[in-house]
Amino acid sequence: MRRGAVTALLCLTSLAACGSESAARHTDGVDDPNATVISVVAQRWQYTPGEITLKKGVPIVFEITSADVHHGFNLPELGVRADAIPGQKTRLPFTPEKTGTFTFRCDYFCGDGHEDMQGVLTVE
Amino acid sequence: MKNEINRRELLRLAGFGGLVFASAAFPGIAGCGSSTSSAKGAPAPGTTRGAAEDFFFLQLSDTHWGFADPTVNPEPTMELPAVIAEINAANVRPDFIVFTGDLTHTTDDVTVRRQRMTEFKALADGLQVPLVKFMPGEHDAAPDAGAAYKDFFGELHYSFDHKGIHFVVLDNVSSPTAMVGDDQIAWLKSDLAHLDADAPIVVLTHRPLWDLKPEWDWATADGAKVLDVLMPYRNVVVFFGHIHQELHHMTGHIAHHSTRSLMFALPTPETAGKKVQIPWDPAAPNAGLGYRRIEATVTAENYGIEELPAPMGDV
Repeated sequence: MRRGAVTALLCLTSLAACGSESAARHTDGVDDPNATVISVVAQRWQYTPGEITLKKGVPIVFEITSADVHHGFNLPELGVRADAIPGQKTRLPFTPEKTGTFTFRCDYFCGDGHEDMQGVLTVE
Repeated sequence: MKNEINRRELLRLAGFGGLVFASAAFPGIAGCGSSTSSAKGAPAPGTTRGAAEDFFFLQLSDTHWGFADPTVNPEPTMELPAVIAEINAANVRPDFIVFTGDLTHTTDDVTVRRQRMTEFKALADGLQVPLVKFMPGEHDAAPDAGAAYKDFFGELHYSFDHKGIHFVVLDNVSSPTAMVGDDQIAWLKSDLAHLDADAPIVVLTHRPLWDLKPEWDWATADGAKVLDVLMPYRNVVVFFGHIHQELHHMTGHIAHHSTRSLMFALPTPETAGKKVQIPWDPAAPNAGLGYRRIEATVTAENYGIEELPAPMGDV
């Protein structure tokens, strides 16, 4: 399975771009235009990148799309989900509040390899 | 898992191996005696208790007809016919057989999907039992919202009564997001409305109704709403498939029991970090595959569950 990896380089620079400490702690659902964007492309039956690393407490925005058919992007342990739709970018603001390794997976049945379509999110 | 029933403990409590008394149920029926009423003639559960009669049925699940990976199952066309032959050769026949979903392995090709359903249906038609019930799995119904499935096997959700027990077949697979949906939940409420709170109810479904392991797709998105509807009824038992292994779990007073697949086994969440099909072991062919016999011991207020191994392919 082809998988890429990305590390969200969220340092003081990006925190400063958020404007304030409180902005850096904004709750999920608030789409901060200054937050770092993590682009995720779903495609049968993998995600690119397949491994994502984030920093606890640092807000980002997932920008999710599909290269083929309708997929899902679901992080059940963190209460995060979005549809991955061909030709459309879904913005999903997210601030990880706990460290660990979590599985994100497709929750929109997409065919034979659906059950194997997953990736790993690490929160440091 | 917190509410999981320990099988060994159940076996110990039951006093003998192979048969698991999984649920105390049917207090309202106990002591009412039995009758010879047939399924068609049985009064509705919760209204007339004279229909109580012990019987057994079989649960077959996750046959995945059309599956092709020789490293996981080098004889994918052998198990189901072998089980059917075993059932037909038995001296005692079940009252009915229920297939709890994933009858066929999924495919994008509509023609192939229908061909697999044609072949599966032809095999199931060879079962020499009074009644066979079907329900879809996501492999059967999610790609086309159940269109092909309905042409071959009928409705996606329904209910029926058998010898004093009310059986409800729920569809939590034809939605690509594993939703039962508000319409079906409203139907469920209506379907159960005529029952007493202590009426015996068996729910048959494909996916687990609670969050067994959402990261592995082992959940129903709105399963909690379904359980809310079921919760006022004191004697509810759920039999399901999907996870390709035996598992017992309680949500409050509702017992949930999954059974094995007849095509390939999956690991337990506790022993595997990733959900991958368990490779075929030539030294132990058919290991982890099987089906289930369920004794509805209505007059004794319980069910007995016996897990049966898949027979060898040359039966």
